[in-house]
Amino acid sequence: MTETGFEPKIVAFVCNWCSYVGADIAGSMKLKYTPNVNLIRVMCSGRVDPEFIMEAFRGGADGVMVLGCHPGDCHYIEGNYNTLKRYSMLKPLLDQFNIEQDRLYLDWVSASEGEKFARVMDEMNDRITQLGPLNWDKVIDTRQGGEV
Amino acid sequence: MSDKPKIGIYWCSSCGGCEEAIVDLNETLLDVVAAVDIVFWPVAMDFKYEDVENLEDGELLASFINGAIRLSEQEEIAKLLRRKSQLVFAFGSCAIMGGIPGLANMTNREEVFTRVYKEMESNDNPENTVPQTEILVDGKYNLKLPEFFNSVYPLDQIIPVDYYIPGCAPSPDTIKDAFTAILEGKLPEKGTVLSPNKSMCDTCPRKETKPDKVEIEKFTRPHQYDKLDDGKCFLEAGIICMGPATRGGCGERCINANMPCRGCYGPSNNVKDQGLRMLSVLASIIKSDKEEEIAEVLATLPDLIGPLYMYGLPSSILFHKRIE
Ligand code: SF4
Ligand code: SF4
Ligand code: FES
Repeated sequence: MTETGFEPKIVAFVCNWCSYVGADIAGSMKLKYTPNVNLIRVMCSGRVDPEFIMEAFRGGADGVMVLGCHPGDCHYIEGNYNTLKRYSMLKPLLDQFNIEQDRLYLDWVSASEGEKFARVMDEMNDRITQLGPLNWDKVIDTRQGGEV
Repeated sequence: MSDKPKIGIYWCSSCGGCEEAIVDLNETLLDVVAAVDIVFWPVAMDFKYEDVENLEDGELLASFINGAIRLSEQEEIAKLLRRKSQLVFAFGSCAIMGGIPGLANMTNREEVFTRVYKEMESNDNPENTVPQTEILVDGKYNLKLPEFFNSVYPLDQIIPVDYYIPGCAPSPDTIKDAFTAILEGKLPEKGTVLSPNKSMCDTCPRKETKPDKVEIEKFTRPHQYDKLDDGKCFLEAGIICMGPATRGGCGERCINANMPCRGCYGPSNNVKDQGLRMLSVLASIIKSDKEEEIAEVLATLPDLIGPLYMYGLPSSILFHKRIE
């Protein structure tokens, strides 16, 4: 528990061929990192449809991560380049919805980078702890609103 | 009273274009009127809400509701019509997705009222009066106004909807096909959008010119481009055409007028969020793999909500901008 009592809910979409193995390595190295991230294994970071990311925010995630193979190393050749382009476009869209850009994070973590995996998890957790809860349920439940 | 099937037509937050589209059916409208009794259509004929309340539940064969839901009055009438109707049709983009009024989900009641009633340059409102839901006039007349919601809702977020007739406004053929299906008892399964489930690009006259791999180095807006009539796929010129993320069936109206599709027919069945689908398409055609270059291309596209959600913000996954 942090001082404020806020434990972020973070969803991470993790590529099967690299970052997921990186997570395994982090585990077998017995590295300690935040338990606040729920990993979802995908076959390629390019499989992460922007709908998944927005569904995560809508469903209560305070932050979303996408982790894929390093540029040039994608198992499906260009998957992660597409990921980078969508991510670059999602950020300004999040801005327009008034969601802090830092709530979405993309990085490349290879199968051997157990330490990097643990580090990006903790860094994300710190960023989201700083930002506080997103609580999209409350945004949607605007029906009654305040007095004008 | 005749024993012809009865129907009702109602408008909510809309521009009146959907009503106009019905009138524009011309002779077809006469066929429809010959086959059914219109027992409620406030825009065109003199009826009272009471007339609807007095009907038996389910007495109407069908109601056609256009416009999004923004006021408590609209919600009430939508619920009333739902009770009185065997079938409810969401008619037009606003009823289906929120439509252009749905762009108001980028703001809220407080911001709207403040701007419209307190700040507008042309206002003369020294006491900063804003509409109230109830007010006592002369100490004895208790006047009521509907409540203005904070958000704009598509119809199916308020009542269950049986069928969807898409378009801003629906094309005459789309409406005609829907009426024919109703009258001939040939409606497909409930929940269907009554327009072909394929993308605009499938039937687009410019499709042949669309290269296998579109690659763009900047986005261009239609008014910045002087070759709109060259018959080539708009995307290739970096002009946002919602064709890839939009259901066909309108007759490619905008494209035939040399303007890109803005997506009023909504997404096809397998797409949940039309704007995000289009975002994926647009991202994939950016000709670069480098972060800085991608950023440069995106700098030519200062607004995403407008092009991606011109008609569908309230039916998007996020629904509303966060306003603290
Ligand atoms: S993107 Fe637009 S212009 Fe190009 S093929 Fe599709 S509908 Fe036609
Ligand atoms: S081309 Fe697109 S925006 Fe124009 S009428 Fe057809 S669906 Fe609507
Ligand atoms: S396979 Fe790892 S990002 Fe594509």
